[in-house]
Amino acid sequence: MELFTNQVLAGIATGAIYACMALAVVMIYQAIDHLNFAQGEMAMFSTFISWQLMQWGVPYWGAFVITLVLSFIGGIAIERILFKPLAKAPVLTNVAGFIALFSIINSSAGLIWDFTIKQYPTPFGSSPFLGSQLVSTHQAGMIGVTVLLLLGLYFFFQYTRIGLAMRAAASVPESARLVGINTSWMIALGWGMASAIGAIAGMLIAPVVFLEPNMMGGVLIYGFAAAVLGGLTSPFGAVVGGFLVGIFENLAGTYIPGVGNELKLPIALALIISVLVVKPAGLFGRHIVKRV
Amino acid sequence: MSAAEEVVTEGNEAVEAVPKRAMTMGTGTSVVVLLLLIAVPLFAKNFVIFQLTQLLYLGLAVLALNILTGGSGQFSLGQSAFYGIGAYVTAVMMEQFNIPYFFCLPVAGVLCFGVGFLFGQPALRLSGVYLALATFALATAMPQLLKLNFLEPWTGGVQGLVVTKPDAPFGLKMSQDMWLYYFTLLVVLAIYIFSVNLLRSRSGRAFMAIRDNEIAASAMGVNVALYKTLAFGVSAGITGVAGGLSAIAVQFVAPDSFTITLAIQLFLGMVVGGVGWLPGSIVGAAFIIFVPNIAEGISKGLSGAVFGVILFLVIYLVPHGARQVAILGQQFAGRFRRN
Repeated sequence: MELFTNQVLAGIATGAIYACMALAVVMIYQAIDHLNFAQGEMAMFSTFISWQLMQWGVPYWGAFVITLVLSFIGGIAIERILFKPLAKAPVLTNVAGFIALFSIINSSAGLIWDFTIKQYPTPFGSSPFLGSQLVSTHQAGMIGVTVLLLLGLYFFFQYTRIGLAMRAAASVPESARLVGINTSWMIALGWGMASAIGAIAGMLIAPVVFLEPNMMGGVLIYGFAAAVLGGLTSPFGAVVGGFLVGIFENLAGTYIPGVGNELKLPIALALIISVLVVKPAGLFGRHIVKRV
Repeated sequence: MSAAEEVVTEGNEAVEAVPKRAMTMGTGTSVVVLLLLIAVPLFAKNFVIFQLTQLLYLGLAVLALNILTGGSGQFSLGQSAFYGIGAYVTAVMMEQFNIPYFFCLPVAGVLCFGVGFLFGQPALRLSGVYLALATFALATAMPQLLKLNFLEPWTGGVQGLVVTKPDAPFGLKMSQDMWLYYFTLLVVLAIYIFSVNLLRSRSGRAFMAIRDNEIAASAMGVNVALYKTLAFGVSAGITGVAGGLSAIAVQFVAPDSFTITLAIQLFLGMVVGGVGWLPGSIVGAAFIIFVPNIAEGISKGLSGAVFGVILFLVIYLVPHGARQVAILGQQFAGRFRRN
């Protein structure tokens, strides 16, 4: 029983990261209807920026805030410069664009900061949390930040004018335009926010997986899986999906014989697909009725 | 010039609805390309011939994806899995059971058709990004599955398998590379003609009806479930043959050659070649083989970034891929003739 509880706790801790990544994925998906394959690399680049700032002597929270602002601006810039011209191109061309962006960011980060693994500090400390062997204070902090972030987003989308405008622009662009919402800038804003949320995820996970240009590869896959499991139309679902994927991945690795670390990901994905076959729009996604 | 072709030049999204002729090239152009493909190896070095062979079988894999995505509108990131199965089936049959290579390829194709058809069953309920995730899961699992312990006596586990290169038959005085090239060309040509006819047939029209409007298609009596899984199966089968050809040409199979990177490359090849335009597959294959080398040549440290920039340039200039270039060329030639 103790093993089980510990595994679940550890799963929740890693789940928090997947939840953050999934939130970022859902943010962009809501805005432009595409999965951003370069999301993980954008988060990685942001994390490197914060690391560089700390190397230059900026304290942790200072670097944190500066990185968020820079990532937000960076996200908007990427949308304005690279993807706005592609708005009318076919869907698959856009996906190719994401792959190109992935390649560019990964390669540039490798050139600027090279591929050696770097330590990344944690603001929460790494001592055991409340006597548990598996959950450290850092992991508890990660869960806390994710929950705060989710609450913040909830209030933003529910109670602010601009949040409402973004939701309108995402769900019915034509009507939103008619009531005077600048849908094009709402998309850019979605990119900026996704980029900032991704930066938070990156900075939170960097102490666990260490800092290097390929650090987000695995995390992004789990983030996608979590977002799809929870339903791509629901930020809340994305977070729940993140925690579920984290817990399941840990439990599968512990209890199913012969799974181990190598087969964890395929097993987790197989589970998600089984869920999707039963509920094709994800756990919390809206089911859209189609017309001819 | 048909209406759909006019639309393409405006860079409009309506290009998805193409008349069936627009999926291929004119007869004259096809014959010229074929003659070039036959003639070039006679004057080339063995390494170049090997690269051309590579171009052919990767082009075949892109063609398979094109039938799935361009034909039936389903999107797969799992083609590397079928490619891997095809390569392994061929390699295991050739090396462990000493079966001649030309018998292995059809077996690989049929087997992959079966796997693809079965995989298409649960995937039926998923569309768009959800399907992409499902196929992606297949692609991530494949290298791990190929490494499984109990398969090791046949697959050689992590080490992989070495495949013997076949000699030219009937005592032909031809290098192994050159024979392999012509053999690959023959297989690719046969499958290309099959694909063109398939897309022009009743089944092909059913694929396209599903792609353009699934609900309308089913209302008109198209068996959506059957044709969607059929498209999956055909695509997987052709990919399997491409994988088998690659195993013979590279003379080596290992689990890590069939990762998600390969699936992404095939996808890029399809986009660069033009989704739904079959001859574009070869152009796309050329892009994924040669552009990374060019990028490496421009800057070693930044080769990934250079590749990304080139890819961006291509999709800015021709969002519909090589097909757009072909149509523009056709129009230009037409205007020239009229004057």
